[in-house]
Amino acid sequence: MTMQPAREVIYRHTRIVRIAHWINALCFLLLLLSGLQIFNAHPHLYWGQAGANFDTPWLSLPAFPDLITLPSHRDLAAGRNWHFFFAWLLVINGLVYIAMNLLNRHFARDILPERDELKPRHLWQEIVHHAQFKRITGPAAKRYNTLQKLAYVSVIFLLFPLIVLTGLTMSPGFNAIAPVFLDVFGGRQSARSLHFIAANLLVAFLVIHLVEVVVAGAWNEIRSMITGKFVVPPTTPEPQP
Amino acid sequence: MKKDFLTRRKLLTGGAITLGGLALTGCDGLSASPDFRSFLRTGEALTLSAQRALMLHQPLAREFSERDISPIFKANGTKNPNTPAYNALAAGNFDNWRLRIDGLVERPLTLSLADLRALPSRTQITRHDCVEGWSAIGKWHGAQLGPLLQSAGLKPHARFAVMHCADNYAGGPDMYYESIDLIDGFHPQTILAYALNGQPLDIAHGAPLRLRVERQLGYKQAKYLMRIEMVERLDGFGRGKGGYWEDRGYEWYAGI
Repeated sequence: MTMQPAREVIYRHTRIVRIAHWINALCFLLLLLSGLQIFNAHPHLYWGQAGANFDTPWLSLPAFPDLITLPSHRDLAAGRNWHFFFAWLLVINGLVYIAMNLLNRHFARDILPERDELKPRHLWQEIVHHAQFKRITGPAAKRYNTLQKLAYVSVIFLLFPLIVLTGLTMSPGFNAIAPVFLDVFGGRQSARSLHFIAANLLVAFLVIHLVEVVVAGAWNEIRSMITGKFVVPPTTPEPQP
Repeated sequence: MKKDFLTRRKLLTGGAITLGGLALTGCDGLSASPDFRSFLRTGEALTLSAQRALMLHQPLAREFSERDISPIFKANGTKNPNTPAYNALAAGNFDNWRLRIDGLVERPLTLSLADLRALPSRTQITRHDCVEGWSAIGKWHGAQLGPLLQSAGLKPHARFAVMHCADNYAGGPDMYYESIDLIDGFHPQTILAYALNGQPLDIAHGAPLRLRVERQLGYKQAKYLMRIEMVERLDGFGRGKGGYWEDRGYEWYAGI
């Protein structure tokens, strides 16, 4: 007697999450590439209020290659046009996403870790599990695991606000409107450095995110972010026909 | 069943990769399209409206203390106009230099450096931000533009101040120019600076007179000022975008 386990499909992502995810993905990609174009105009980073060629940078890099800048040839003006358009789209999209998911309690229900999850023993188990690149199956696959939750919380509530505010703190107009951020970040050039660091951390998140999508089942994960439907990976291997 | 699934997956993955590739190579094509660039520049319009809405109380740019002044203030753009006319003025220590304020004004003004120095002045230690990303802090000293415009008497349809400069950047055919609107024109920190860090403005930094409009980027801080023309529209100058760098794709509103 062979038992065919029922193929369990759940509705994983709401429409607002799916739309916001793909708008954000587009914005992030274009902001990153145009950001590298802007960075190339002066590829040196400083701490403090000021910093120019005669000051000591804490980081000097060779220009990023054409392959990963937008536009590919050196064009700071066009890079800025791309950057600021998609910065506005990112901010508007992010505000709508945060407002809607606060209201429908998605953050409270699914994203914020519960107290038990933050216990060191549980976290350690998850770290070991992640290090083995094991696919999570069964009921556990229906919810986010703790490391996943912590990653999302840091990106949504820490890194994106940080990169937007440090970006704004490079604006002389915004400095006059809200000079307090010059003190918060330690000056315009510090804000520029932090903007660069935040971008690097977001790229690191993206790399891990994409690896995890593959580990968890690329097609199933991508489809769930397009249609919302997610096939829960069965605990036992599916019998072959 | 399994076979169909794989086929669909391959199709969709292949499609996504193709689209992604097309999108990325397409970005350069889009950048070159004037229509798409003006679409992207709705971002600039949003920035201008948002920042101006938050600036109704005319906040000042941050002013720093003497110890914050950069040891070397980087000179950028034209470092010496080096035209016969400018060299003649510089050789005479700018005694024969005159600033004209004209256009849509009731009483056009012609001012010498001595006239400007006799006017009430303002000193400000501010941060200069180049569009490239670097910053330098310097102490600027000069006459406020607002009272000068008032004494010239603006005609009702005057909307912009166009700064005509003595330099043609990199020896090209186009003279440097810039423009600001009346909101920045009458801002207390908008000055016509004739001194930097306690010394008369040197040639590299814009002698004898440069604009300081502190809530915008470096390319708005026009050097080598010769004439300030009050106008209603900007499309009659250069390539019509309101400034030398604006004509080359940079934002007219350089507050970000």
